[in-house]
Amino acid sequence: MYIYDQYDQRIVDERVAQFRDQTRRYLAGELSDGEFLPLRLQNGLYVQRLAPMLRIAVPYGLLSSTQVRKLAHITRHYDKGYAHVSTRQNIQLNWPLLEEVPDILAELASVQMHAIQTSGNCIRNTTTDQFAGVAADEREDPRPWCEIIRQWSTLHPEFAFLPRKFKIAVCASEQDRAAIHAHDIGVELLPNAAGKLGFKVLAGGGLGRTPVIGSVICEWLETEHLLTYLEAILRVYNQHGRRDNKYKARIKILVKAMGVDAFRDAVEAEWALLKDGPSTLTAEEILRAKSFFTTPPYAVIDAAASAAAVQTRATAEPIFGNWLTRNTSAHQVPGYRAVSISLKATGIAPGDITDRQLELLADLADRYSFGEIRTTHQQNMVLADVEEASLYVLWQSLQKAGLATANIGYITDVICCPGGDYCSLANAKSIPVAEAIQARFDDLDYLYDLGPIELNISGCMNACGHHHIGHIGILGVDKKGAEFYQVSLGGSQSKAAAIGKILGPSFSQDAIPDVVDNLLETFVSLRQGEETFLETYNRVGIEPFKERVYAKTH
Amino acid sequence: MPKLIKQGCISSDHWLPAEAEAEQAPPNCFPSLRQWEQNAAGSGGAVQLEPGDGITALCPALNTLQIVAIDFPAFMDGRGFSYARELRQRGYNGELRALGNFMPDQLHYLRRCGFDTFQPADESRLDECLRQLRVFSEQYQASIDEPLPLFRRRRAVAHS
Ligand code: HEM
Ligand code: SF4
Repeated sequence: MYIYDQYDQRIVDERVAQFRDQTRRYLAGELSDGEFLPLRLQNGLYVQRLAPMLRIAVPYGLLSSTQVRKLAHITRHYDKGYAHVSTRQNIQLNWPLLEEVPDILAELASVQMHAIQTSGNCIRNTTTDQFAGVAADEREDPRPWCEIIRQWSTLHPEFAFLPRKFKIAVCASEQDRAAIHAHDIGVELLPNAAGKLGFKVLAGGGLGRTPVIGSVICEWLETEHLLTYLEAILRVYNQHGRRDNKYKARIKILVKAMGVDAFRDAVEAEWALLKDGPSTLTAEEILRAKSFFTTPPYAVIDAAASAAAVQTRATAEPIFGNWLTRNTSAHQVPGYRAVSISLKATGIAPGDITDRQLELLADLADRYSFGEIRTTHQQNMVLADVEEASLYVLWQSLQKAGLATANIGYITDVICCPGGDYCSLANAKSIPVAEAIQARFDDLDYLYDLGPIELNISGCMNACGHHHIGHIGILGVDKKGAEFYQVSLGGSQSKAAAIGKILGPSFSQDAIPDVVDNLLETFVSLRQGEETFLETYNRVGIEPFKERVYAKTH
Repeated sequence: MPKLIKQGCISSDHWLPAEAEAEQAPPNCFPSLRQWEQNAAGSGGAVQLEPGDGITALCPALNTLQIVAIDFPAFMDGRGFSYARELRQRGYNGELRALGNFMPDQLHYLRRCGFDTFQPADESRLDECLRQLRVFSEQYQASIDEPLPLFRRRRAVAHS
């Protein structure tokens, strides 16, 4: 992974000092609430219902075991002993004290971490595939490019007061596991006709109130031009994005208003000024970035024998077998698998993890996965490099700690924002809805039978739970002061990205498990062969689902 | 006379913010973009930009302009950062003044984007502005104060 040198360290250390001074001046009354607001947001600090919320950056979802131990320490010492993995691969704390945030940032800086630009109207953490570097369908490791973007965007002087927040995601594989179509900028590494890798650049995607799938701004860009091109897009947005209405301020609205072609022309005009300038990437810099993401010292393994051995175990112990099938995935290197750790046990807020669990994962990462851990935008974690022969003992340790729920990609792997329990913008609670759904579908055979289903819940239209791109999306709405839920179907975050369609009138919280049940029964009755929920939905459309659900509840 | 930060020190000069409603710029006031454009084919050496003005109108005059003031009516509106940097990148070498309601904590980024004088609406904050002028001693990106990105300088250090 990327290791700081003296420059990187100096920058985060100076950031800590800056924020310590800002906090002091705020508490002394020298900075107004309004002035402190963007300053604290750009350090990840929200003020919420019960306490501030601190969002810690996990650049493209990669953590070392040392960093995870530090996070465990921070949650224990400054918070209530747990942390939350967000849908943008970051870590959130729900209970820090404002006065202590500078100390937390100093602790983070001691392990090469920070909270820079994790909220506010600036360029946020760049996200990517949680299986970067190990995925079998990868064209190239996306992380060096993410790190290059991270450095460029960190404390960028021109783009710290944008019209609205700005999110960039990078994909470098056949399957899109980074939801690049739902980002302000999505970058996909792909070959041109000559087989050379470059970037396809999308802009103007985003969720929130007005969900939009990104448009292609550049079909293929030489890799060396990445930063100047991004800079040109940001400059057009910074100058022309709307600032009169924060719900119309995202780049997606600008791209729609100008039209993709006019937007592209404006970007090209800015780019002419920047192209081939000093921010053009050098071959040395690209190599330097790549040098941090080399393959670890994998063992040479007799793949057939190791697969057979693990299968024997799985047959003998079906619970392990379930976990093996659902929670581990193919690896580039024979004899290895990537292990997903579900943070979606029933009764635990989706994405929450305790200090002890963090420490256990750090130990397990050291023992079995070269000391690295990833966070996923589905709010789970990953040990990416585990030998098949270690899977059984790893599973046993995870199971003891409540971390072996075998539901990755299934309906109980609910993606969910903090909602009304924590968030002051919420229309409705989301965590209890997730829990009720998990409790309803606790029959594993049925769960697996249903196949992969993404279910996403947001407590309001800000869409932190990505409900628009869930196969089933649930959105908290306010109906005359009562909490109701709108259901949508058919969203997708894959390369065939789609925004879900609203099913119809909203439901009370109690009704949701039945509604989901009805949706699934409809699916099962219409399913052909091994179709997934999304495939069936795409074939039959929304009507049969609508009929069934509203027939039953009315 | 209004106080400001110039060449890293607190000083003062005669320039007052534009009075946009006036037909012509009153004495000592920056001409607004409209006033500047109306004045003898734009031959004036000073102009004040508001968010939304853009910099295109100034491009033909970058060699004759001596002072461009960019107003920040609200500190959250960051258009002026792009105006400044783009003016510099297009070759403007005269004085570039930040004017209005920016906060002291923005001075570092303002300076990096090419501003060299700073005239806050609230003069009582000049000392704080001065203190915030350089809160980072290192940066990743290329900008006006440091035209080379860190990745080009990092290499230079490693090889020297
Ligand atoms: C509890 C404090 C939180 C607050 C106040 C908050 C606020 C917001 C707001 C206002 C937006 C909409 C911005 C826009 O559309 O321009 C938003 C979007 C978003 N939030 Fe949160 N959020 C919170 C927590 C979270 C958490 C915990 C997650 C992850 C689980 C998250 C992930 C996201 C994502 C992914 C979006 C982007 C949707 C898009 O592309 O528009 N947020 N948030
Ligand atoms: S979706 Fe709404 S309720 Fe949920 S975290 Fe975001 S702002 Fe809060």
